[in-house]
Amino acid sequence: MKEYSLYLGCLIPNRYPGIEKATKLVLDRLGIKWSELKEASCCPAPGVFRSFDQNTWLTLAARNIILCEEKNTDLLTICNGCFSTLVDANNILKNNGDLRVQVNDHLKKIGKEFRGTIQVRHIIEFLDKEIGAKMIDEMIEKPLELKVALHYGCHLLKPTKERKLGGAEFPKFFDGLVEATGALSIPYEGKNSCCGAGGGVRSAMLETSLKMTEFKLERIKKAGADCIVEACPFCHLQYDSGQVELAKAGKIFDVPVVHYSQLLGLALGYSFEDVGLHLNATRNPGFESKIALLQKKDASIK
Amino acid sequence: MKNSDILTCFQCGACTGSCPSGKYTSLNVRRIIKDSLKKDISDHPDLWMCTTCYNCQERCPRGIKVTDAILSLRAEAARKGHILPAHRVVCKFLIETGHAVPIDQINMTKRENIGLLETETVRKYPKALKDVRKLLELTGFNGLIQE
Ligand code: SF4
Ligand code: SF4
Repeated sequence: MKEYSLYLGCLIPNRYPGIEKATKLVLDRLGIKWSELKEASCCPAPGVFRSFDQNTWLTLAARNIILCEEKNTDLLTICNGCFSTLVDANNILKNNGDLRVQVNDHLKKIGKEFRGTIQVRHIIEFLDKEIGAKMIDEMIEKPLELKVALHYGCHLLKPTKERKLGGAEFPKFFDGLVEATGALSIPYEGKNSCCGAGGGVRSAMLETSLKMTEFKLERIKKAGADCIVEACPFCHLQYDSGQVELAKAGKIFDVPVVHYSQLLGLALGYSFEDVGLHLNATRNPGFESKIALLQKKDASIK
Repeated sequence: MKNSDILTCFQCGACTGSCPSGKYTSLNVRRIIKDSLKKDISDHPDLWMCTTCYNCQERCPRGIKVTDAILSLRAEAARKGHILPAHRVVCKFLIETGHAVPIDQINMTKRENIGLLETETVRKYPKALKDVRKLLELTGFNGLIQE
């Protein structure tokens, strides 16, 4: 297998380092050759920066991509926002000669050039295509009998014409990876709805963004989920910190939020602390003892 | 507005009907598309209520790139100085640190507690940060977000 550059972005190393830790453990355990991308900056975030100025957005994204071109590795991201920026920018610059010239004109002044030689991968589509749910299923040490409310996140799938990962109304591949851990991906109303964080809405209009989060949480709770699983630190932040913010208005949900790397880590036998879930803002003791029990139960069977 | 596809909009409202933000806010994306053809809507606050979820773009029967159109309208607004204070802060973080969300003490401690070393990003490499800043200057971003 080729080597991949792990691109972490901002939110994971700087707000949810537990996701970083879990991802590194899991990649090693799966035998994936990876190294952390050095010198990277913000992707830059699609909501604010792509909105403000396409040229700036493309130029900074190109610099991050070039860091991978220089290492001759594909880029692996664990964030829907970074994926959206980097995969779109990579495609735009590969296909649009005029924009490429414009961007390279800036990059020349720091001694760099976009050449268009690498691919941008998101951990979920990467695991689905390169490892496969079946293989993951076979590697699982602690099947996690949990009811999971899966949240794909908008930018993993959409725009579907660009992503080419299938339709956005009834996607299946992420559910397959969740179920490979022994969990059940339960149906719930509004499953494909937005968490509310994107587009700069969370940073500028917290209350508005939380209304969308509340919509989701109500339905997730009603469906009887043990936890939410996503593959994006911004969705993670919105659900996890969002519940603390909603609690201030008397709206209590207590639904634990788990990045897929963390779920997979638990299923591979790593502890709650190993995968950094104790660093979440929303803690649910019932969930934590359930995980401990599931992990112990399986060990005693073996 | 360059997106000439917009002219094919027949005001069906599928975009507005599938908008998660519009459920709770005054954002009416159909109206935004319509109005953008007739007048300058740069100062319209609803432009910033979109989460860029792409539902409208996915569901538009005419294949109009609705979300992309909103991004272009936002860029036009930003060029005219309509930038929300919170977004200006995020932009300044990017210019200062190379990160829209820079590390803070709480999270530095969290990292240490789970045995993670210093991040390998621009934070650790001053020359790399200098490059990022230079690019932001070259693209005119610093000027764009100046008050
Ligand atoms: S869905 Fe498309 S055609 Fe219908 S109102 Fe919206 S932009 Fe116009
Ligand atoms: S992309 Fe924006 S306008 Fe379109 S449906 Fe989503 S939130 Fe609404």
